[in-house]
Amino acid sequence: MTTPFFKYGMFGDETSLVIAFVIGIGFGFFLERAGFGSARKLVSQFYLNDLAVFKVMFTAIVTAMLGVTYLSWLGVLDLSLVYLSPTYVLPQLVGGLVLGFGFVVGGYCPGTSVAAFATGKLDGLVYLLGILAGTFVFAEAYPLVARFHGATSLGDTTIPQYFNLPYGLVVFAVVVIAVSGFWAAGLVERAFAEKAAKEGNQP
Amino acid sequence: MTTRSDTLERWPSAGEESAAAGADAAAYMNPYLAGIGLGLVLLAAFVIMGRGLGASGGFNAIVAFLMNVVAPEHAKTREWLAGYFVGDASPLKEWLFFEIVGVFAGALISGLLARRVHVTVEKGPRVSVGVRLAMAFGGGMLMAVGAALARGCTSGQALTGGALLNLGSWGAMLMIFAGAYALAYFVRWEWR
Repeated sequence: MTTPFFKYGMFGDETSLVIAFVIGIGFGFFLERAGFGSARKLVSQFYLNDLAVFKVMFTAIVTAMLGVTYLSWLGVLDLSLVYLSPTYVLPQLVGGLVLGFGFVVGGYCPGTSVAAFATGKLDGLVYLLGILAGTFVFAEAYPLVARFHGATSLGDTTIPQYFNLPYGLVVFAVVVIAVSGFWAAGLVERAFAEKAAKEGNQP
Repeated sequence: MTTRSDTLERWPSAGEESAAAGADAAAYMNPYLAGIGLGLVLLAAFVIMGRGLGASGGFNAIVAFLMNVVAPEHAKTREWLAGYFVGDASPLKEWLFFEIVGVFAGALISGLLARRVHVTVEKGPRVSVGVRLAMAFGGGMLMAVGAALARGCTSGQALTGGALLNLGSWGAMLMIFAGAYALAYFVRWEWR
């Protein structure tokens, strides 16, 4: 076990901020490469004519998940030292729903709005200002929602832990679901492209 | 109400350029290749830092910083932002803030290489710029509140927690898609 490097004290807090910047460059680069600096490209996911959001997201999840799984099995990565955000069932389900509303109404999520702003999208900049305003409102109103925010706590837990399933089985299931999803996404896109080709020929 | 045929531009199919990207812009990367690239960046974050990617946390740091500039006494009483006022360090001395500054730089590099950097407003043909910007602001506010309740956004929960098989993250991810699909029909005038 020699990684995560930071947790083994290979470098300090100051260096970690430089690493944050470099990792951020990689993150932003691939978001923009994928077309995620464009609101219309992103929201196409929710009108089913371009499912790149699903494809990119699930390819990334599967890639990182397999990497983490194998590195942990090889004894290179101590998974127990990788930060796991604690689960709070109800606030996370409600928060996810509100997040989804914000995504289709505004056209971005926080990371992609930064990529949009970087490539000149003024709606990306305004979205980003909206996030700052919303965060300010939440910080002011926090005492009102603090109880709900901390409700239904399950602590740090994963799907294999909570349902008492072998880790490898859940990893395998996610890969199967992702690959089936990629195949289905291709079918949906072809159906919509044919429909659009018919409508596009009309004046 | 105008008829459908004279208001609908042909909606781009998968792999096609967005109209706003400009005629000389390079095609977007294959989504599976981009996904592998993104996944390797995320894996690097796990292995090097022992944490994943994020975005909304960086915005929290900016809000903490701004509130501290305008009203420092008041800012320090905000329980939600308490984590940014530990010790004397600036609230901006925060991992996710430096990461999103990197996101800006990385997206700019990619955009310049692909000739996709143009000052523009992305919207459908049926909506005015003013209305689109108002919707962007409102969407950003909703996103902020959702991310605060869910303890992270599409980066911190869906992507990072998804790869770690985090229970709450998978719950949040499914609800993100559910929420967006549920509302998509009602805001289609904004996009198409």
